[in-house]
Amino acid sequence: MCHQSVGLIQSIIERAGIPTVSITLLPEVTRRVSPPRALFVDRPFGYPLGAPNDRQLQMRIIMTALAMLATSSQAPVLSNYQEE
Amino acid sequence: MKAYPYRRVDWRPGAVLKIPSAQARIAVVTTAGFSLPDQPAFDASIRGGDCSYRVIPAGTDLASLRISHTSDAFDIAGITVDKNLALPLDRLRELVRDGVVGSRSPCHFSFMGSIPAPGRLIAKTAPEVARMLAEDAADAVLLTPV
Repeated sequence: MCHQSVGLIQSIIERAGIPTVSITLLPEVTRRVSPPRALFVDRPFGYPLGAPNDRQLQMRIIMTALAMLATSSQAPVLSNYQEE
Repeated sequence: MKAYPYRRVDWRPGAVLKIPSAQARIAVVTTAGFSLPDQPAFDASIRGGDCSYRVIPAGTDLASLRISHTSDAFDIAGITVDKNLALPLDRLRELVRDGVVGSRSPCHFSFMGSIPAPGRLIAKTAPEVARMLAEDAADAVLLTPV
């Protein structure tokens, strides 16, 4: 349900004219809610930015997500976060 | 999961970040159910889900936040130890310091995750948050589920 809530809130913010990107841990649900941009992080529920107290990993995930904001598309974009 | 009728909101034509992230004001919206000590906790007993939100100022000490979103569906251990895992205000501060991000928006937002009946979320509370983000001149928003 968390992923539906995020996708809906995201779509409403984007509709208001502010570009948005979300993290998803559950791409099957995100595909159905189809928000504009999502980054799939292959981690357990509860760990959207990877791991607690792992500053570098959190930074890399945030920067990868923010990099998606520069592209606009009429279709939703769902990318996979790949560890370096 | 396949049978569940997931809701959608049409966001087209969509927006795009037209300035470099090094100049952008970034806000975070999470559904981790965080609240400040002086804010009411989320109410998990509301039928259909608690679709209210809490404003989390950028300067908040993350250790002071309470977590109301407890669920068997996710492991709360990570965000208990480090709330940056879902609401990365410290990471954003560091990215601003490093010149990667322009600034942190003054306000960030926390919702509950489990909202099986999202009608009021769609009609009222999410649009309110979108308006506040626009008033704060946020250039872009990062959203995190748990």
